[in-house]
Amino acid sequence: MLEMLRWVIRRDLVLAMRRRSDVLTTLFFFIIVVSLFPLGVGPEMNLLRTMAPGVVWVAALLASMLSLGRLFSSDYLDGTLEQMLLAPQPLSIVVLGKVAAHWLVSGVPLVVMAPVLGLQYDLAADALLILTASLVLGTPVLSMIGAIGAALTLGLRGGGVLVSLLVLPLYIPVLIFGAGAVEASASGLGAEAYLSLLAAFLVGALVLTPWATSAALRISLD
Amino acid sequence: MLEAIGLECVRGDRRLFRDLSFGLEPGRLLQVVGPNGCGKTSLLRMLCGLMAPVHGEIRWEGASIRSLAEDYLATLTYIGHLNGVKDELTALENLRISSALGGTHVDEPAAVSALEKMGLGGREMLPAKVLSQGQRRRVALARLLLTEAKLWLLDEPLTALDKAAVAFVESLLAAHLEKGGLVVLTTHQDLQQPGLGTRRLELGT
Repeated sequence: MLEMLRWVIRRDLVLAMRRRSDVLTTLFFFIIVVSLFPLGVGPEMNLLRTMAPGVVWVAALLASMLSLGRLFSSDYLDGTLEQMLLAPQPLSIVVLGKVAAHWLVSGVPLVVMAPVLGLQYDLAADALLILTASLVLGTPVLSMIGAIGAALTLGLRGGGVLVSLLVLPLYIPVLIFGAGAVEASASGLGAEAYLSLLAAFLVGALVLTPWATSAALRISLD
Repeated sequence: MLEAIGLECVRGDRRLFRDLSFGLEPGRLLQVVGPNGCGKTSLLRMLCGLMAPVHGEIRWEGASIRSLAEDYLATLTYIGHLNGVKDELTALENLRISSALGGTHVDEPAAVSALEKMGLGGREMLPAKVLSQGQRRRVALARLLLTEAKLWLLDEPLTALDKAAVAFVESLLAAHLEKGGLVVLTTHQDLQQPGLGTRRLELGT
């Protein structure tokens, strides 16, 4: 079972490396959206500091959604997805592998860039640390929830727009607690409660979403 | 042994076939024929469990394939009319990954020799996007040389192949049948190889 997980992750990472432009688009989208706000709002330090967590998190949501379309669609079009459904292993394992690869390719670069981009908002070092921690816990949840939407809209015309309508409302709790963590620590409340809740989302999503995504894939391929 | 009992297939609001029953013993090949759109691919997708029949049941060695689930999937290999070959990966990577997905782990020398037998010698390291349609089909079919599966479900395996490749695939089928394997395939061509224990199933008549 672990062998299969390793194969799927390795395959998707190799594919991502060979289509590097796809990965870079997501990352640059994130960088540009986050950088536009200080330019638009002006160098008002207090204002920037308050809006930083929200802006970074919303940009991360949108960037992670941007890459969802590719999660299953190319495998669906060339028939690889059929073969994955016929693998003599639980489909959840394949799904978990694909989502893990998606996070490594589209989530991890955001996490790495976030502290650098946070500097534009004059965030203090501990706020940057908490922002990064919240993204580490939150972005995998975004990939996992997004996978359900991507699986449901597979093969539909205009699936890209539909996926945002399906998935964005489900992202709201992650957004609230992710951005809330930084604000709470800035106001002296401590971010532990927020980060624990994000970790709880992560565990919950790990258990439930591969199963839901598998079910959605079976429906889409019937 | 593979049994289909009273299968009915509905796509959209059209009924493609109903009350379709057949049995297939080890060592036999079932060739599904019929005009375009008569439900050949749907039948194959039902047999591998990708699609559920509206009515009826498919049994493998007496047990319903729904209840066997992954145990049944381990005994079959399915090659659809889509090749499942990734443009960005080399022929070798494609073959090793598709075998791994099918549950057989193949080391590099074995995969290379399978590709050579399929007539792709020297092209193992080329990305699949530079291969022709027929060569991609060969990459997909190379899996048949490596799989341990007893039941082969092949959807139009011979399309885009040249005469030599068709003859080679037919010899693979014959060898598989001799070992007691089962084959269900759809094709519009008549199989040339004598000795394939062929039965024909006509749909859409």
